[in-house]
Amino acid sequence: MMEWETVIGLEIHAQLATRSKIFSGASTAYGADPNTQACAVDLGLPGVLPVLNGEAVNMAVRFGLATGCSIAPHSVFARKNYFYPDLPKGYQISQYELPVVHDGEVTIELDDGETMRVGLTRAHLEEDAGKSLHEGFEGVTGIDLNRAGTPLLEIVSEPDLRSARQAVAYMKKIHSLVRYLEICDGNMQEGSFRCDANVSIRPKGQAEFGTRAEIKNLNSFRFVEKAINHEIERQIDLVESGGTVVQETRLYDSVKGETRSMRTKEEANDYRYFPDPDLLPLEITSEEVERIRATLPELPDAKKQRFMADYGLSAYDAGVLTASRDQADYFEAVVEAAGGEAKLAANWVMGDLSGALNRDGREVGDSPVTPAMLGGMLKRISDNTISGKIAKDVFEAMWNDEGDADAVIEAKGLKQVTDTGAIEAMIDEVIAANPGQVEQYRAGKDKLLGFFVGQVMKASKGKANPAQVNELLKKKLSG
Amino acid sequence: MSLDKDDVRQIAHLARLAVDDQRLPEHASNLSAILEFVEAMDAVDTAAVEPLAHPLEMRQRLRPDQVSEENQRELFQSVAPAVEGGLYLVPRVIE
Repeated sequence: MMEWETVIGLEIHAQLATRSKIFSGASTAYGADPNTQACAVDLGLPGVLPVLNGEAVNMAVRFGLATGCSIAPHSVFARKNYFYPDLPKGYQISQYELPVVHDGEVTIELDDGETMRVGLTRAHLEEDAGKSLHEGFEGVTGIDLNRAGTPLLEIVSEPDLRSARQAVAYMKKIHSLVRYLEICDGNMQEGSFRCDANVSIRPKGQAEFGTRAEIKNLNSFRFVEKAINHEIERQIDLVESGGTVVQETRLYDSVKGETRSMRTKEEANDYRYFPDPDLLPLEITSEEVERIRATLPELPDAKKQRFMADYGLSAYDAGVLTASRDQADYFEAVVEAAGGEAKLAANWVMGDLSGALNRDGREVGDSPVTPAMLGGMLKRISDNTISGKIAKDVFEAMWNDEGDADAVIEAKGLKQVTDTGAIEAMIDEVIAANPGQVEQYRAGKDKLLGFFVGQVMKASKGKANPAQVNELLKKKLSG
Repeated sequence: MSLDKDDVRQIAHLARLAVDDQRLPEHASNLSAILEFVEAMDAVDTAAVEPLAHPLEMRQRLRPDQVSEENQRELFQSVAPAVEGGLYLVPRVIE
């Protein structure tokens, strides 16, 4: 049985978060009525000329700087020629021989904690096409050109990836980066972030690449993993049964969980790229690059290291918290409001907060519990006003708009009982009510301490300070 | 470099031009003559010449990121052969 190695390269399309299109002043806002944001330039009407959006260039440079790429001082726009109804000009303006950004790398972390470097071949600017709508029409296709001309950054990786899981880790890394850089909203349902995967197999140890198939338009991390795994299996089955892989474009059918052939890419030069005479070469000076570099935010890798060093968090916690910039910012604001307690803050942000956000389908940015509110509550845990258990109720109440922690504690009478006399009185009652267990405990069954703690906590309706209960119980029971 | 009939047929297909089969030899010969004419430039030593991306030695002007276009769908669609619900209609495209 032959051992196979998989080779994967990804082409990620990130819609740049500009207000207007890459070559026209039409809006890029998502969800507008069909064709209300498709102007004469987007429609390719005769006599119009494209004018490049400076912000799209800035965003491409930001990405390049964040991934250690070279920024081309001189790059060129080219026409990629093909006919499709959602491409009114008959060509897509893209970049071919001289992309704006090239030769960089990112480091990805795998599930087992191992890291690996993935090379970036290039990232180039291009325009998106419109959308074809087939459903609900008889014998015709409806065309919405609102998306036509939306700026895209196509990020091309080296064929460095060896498994579907590595491909997903890489895609997540780029997803996190573009959101940190605020150059793409990363919304995969709306198609703002999607990818094509080039997949091939070769016998282990062979240097040359096998023939690759390109799986188009994968718009979720889960689909990327499933589609690639299916494609690897298909190619191995095909080759082992005497067939050969043909170079072609395939489409992933998420319902059937398989890929199928779209059209054969007979010749790569069918697109007949040539420099677009409507656009002059794009020049970026080193001063402009430095000006943009100065505006870069702290990036995920650096932030993760800082979280470990400054807050004493584990690599895992720091990785989870810095996966998105919004979550990292939220965490830091909580620590600030709580006056420390980083580990406690990390547990709450990754635990109850993220559970509640998932449950209600909300983003951390619009959490009803603000960082100030959560920080305020953590203060009440650390000064023993409430126990960690009661805090869960306080958190739920804050989530349901019942005010901040102090207001909730006051209104619901949740203040922890720390008065030794009051706790002792409850302990005495519990001891009196359970003579059998007391005898067993005193006979050496230490495990029963938990039972007594539970009984006292129950008697106090959860409000007794657990540490005090423990200490006093031990004293009383041994006495 | 010379083109044969199949090359011309392929180029015509890529450009979506309908070319009469009978005229293929004539087109092949004319297009080949154009290519030969351009080939004369191969004789020039261009080793020290920077590739020229555009005849105007100017840099691309950049536009500020502002929405400046209003919705003119009605105007644009008034000349479209078929529209429905704001969409342009085209013969069915099957993937």
